[in-house]
Amino acid sequence: MSWYQLWVAFGTIVVKEVRRFLRIWPQTLLPPAITMTLYFVIFGNLIGRRIGEMGGFDYMQYIVPGLIMMSVIQNSYGNVVSSFFGTKFQHSIEEMLVSPMPNLVILLGFIAGGMARGLCVGLIVSLLALFFTSLHMEHAWITVLVVVLTSALFSIGGFINAIFASKFDDIAIVPTFILTPLTYLGGVFYSIDMLSDFWRGVSMLNPIVYMVNGFRYGVLGVSDVNVAASLVTIALMTLALFCYAWWLLHRGVGIRQ
Amino acid sequence: MTALSIDNLRKTYKGGVQALRGISLEVEKGDFFALLGPNGAGKSTAIGIICSLVNKTSGQVKVAGYCLDRERAQVRRQIGLVPQEFNFNQFEKVFDILVTQAGFYGIPAWIARERAEHYLRRLGLWEKRDNAARTLSGGMKRRLMIARALVHEPEVLILDEPTAGVDIELRRSMWEFLSELNRRGKTIILTTHYLEEAESLCRGIAIIDHGVIVENTNVRALLEKLQVETLVLDLAQPLSQAPEIGEFSIHLRDPRTLEVEVPRGTPINEIFLELARHEIPVMSLRNKTNRLEELFMRLVEQNLPGEQY
Ligand SMILES: Nc1ncnc2c1ncn2[C@@H]1O[C@H](COP(=O)(O)OP(=O)(O)OP(=O)(O)O)[C@@H](O)[C@H]1O
Ligand SMILES: [Mg+2]
Repeated sequence: MSWYQLWVAFGTIVVKEVRRFLRIWPQTLLPPAITMTLYFVIFGNLIGRRIGEMGGFDYMQYIVPGLIMMSVIQNSYGNVVSSFFGTKFQHSIEEMLVSPMPNLVILLGFIAGGMARGLCVGLIVSLLALFFTSLHMEHAWITVLVVVLTSALFSIGGFINAIFASKFDDIAIVPTFILTPLTYLGGVFYSIDMLSDFWRGVSMLNPIVYMVNGFRYGVLGVSDVNVAASLVTIALMTLALFCYAWWLLHRGVGIRQ
Repeated sequence: MTALSIDNLRKTYKGGVQALRGISLEVEKGDFFALLGPNGAGKSTAIGIICSLVNKTSGQVKVAGYCLDRERAQVRRQIGLVPQEFNFNQFEKVFDILVTQAGFYGIPAWIARERAEHYLRRLGLWEKRDNAARTLSGGMKRRLMIARALVHEPEVLILDEPTAGVDIELRRSMWEFLSELNRRGKTIILTTHYLEEAESLCRGIAIIDHGVIVENTNVRALLEKLQVETLVLDLAQPLSQAPEIGEFSIHLRDPRTLEVEVPRGTPINEIFLELARHEIPVMSLRNKTNRLEELFMRLVEQNLPGEQY
């Protein structure tokens, strides 16, 4: 295929993915808006007032970046895992497999679709946060870089999950038993400096810590970890998972008999 | 020029089922070709391999001269597939399904929209363009898949049991549509269980059974192979024993039904003379089955399963 045709094919997947999550917005865009508003009200407003300051900011301000990241992570992952598994389940993946479109374009298309939803929800949650607190970007470029990379990373994660999934249960396991605990323990609600040395060390193995803190640094200018290290960690993980997903597609795992 | 050439193609699924045991096949450009075979013969597997949905175990496939191993993209561009099972996104709109499929082939939306309209109109689905695919009837879904297979204007159209679950009227109009496409030069390959379909539509034919091609010829030559026809006579009165009539092999299927095997080129007058002499009135006369069906059964019986089954 020519570059132009590749671009058309890529755009086709992205349009299809965006149309999908917009069509089912009560399942894709509304729930994170509601959940995050509840977080803002309960943790930020009600409980947060008693907690006082964290990292030099009032609690509401402190948790907002983490909550935005949490929704970006969940929605990027969720979009690709359910959409790609859905195409496998309905066999409409065959529409792509019979076409001359290379695997790389399929992979990039779904990643872009997941990022579109993740970033869209991130934006919605950010706007909602403005009703509760003020946000100013300390380092806009870092904020954007971290959120874009994180969204890409978890889109790829969702893709890999969908490749291996053979039934609907399989697409709920990772989000429930891995993503959610890692996110809650990823410094969304607290500074890991509050932990004992041991648990602090353990937390440093949690990749989400780097993303939440990278983003928080971008917005508030404070971070528990070295920001450069954060960015490098996220970028390397993204690259590694990308190659793995591409290789799985190439092998036809879970797709071609 | 060959549209499709398959050489010694084998497929063993995980779990050990040998779906194809070395099939070879050629389909000429412009042919209307039937791949016939009973359930589980390996038809869909062969098509799956040609269309990149199934990985082959060994063997060679060429489409319009392009090799499946080395020129995958070109091979895929040449083929339009109408699969056996519905495989579109049930929630998408009919029109979007076509435009999206064209997009996967790199066809920009403004061209794809024109083509989608053209094919939806030709297949009588234009009124349904804004409906979600799941709201279509079974026959409409089948036609949707035909339109989708044509939207990138392939050289070869492959249909896996296109008329399964389609009523007679729609089947006829589908046949007409396919014949028209074929007249305009498109190579068409279809699999079917309906032998009538192969007989009335197709020129080339291959019969596959248990992963082996048992016959590969053209429909006319195949029919000529049929040396014996069986006539079924319904009698007015019950008989206890079949009468003897010259050289014909006769047997009594039940007291009121006689079956007579007639070798090709033999006049059947003698049968009636003899029956009249025995005072056996005949009420009606018919052919036992579709002739092709008979031949098909015979070929398939000769190829009874080997040790693998
Ligand atoms: N995904 C699969 N995994 C394992 N075995 C399979 C798979 N698909 C098909 N088979 C087996 O391969 C053989 C050939 O199946 P195939 O679907 O090619 O037959 P077919 O000729 O299309 O039959 P039908 O007329 O019923 O559609 C069968 O024994 C079937 O059970
Ligand atoms: Mg089949």
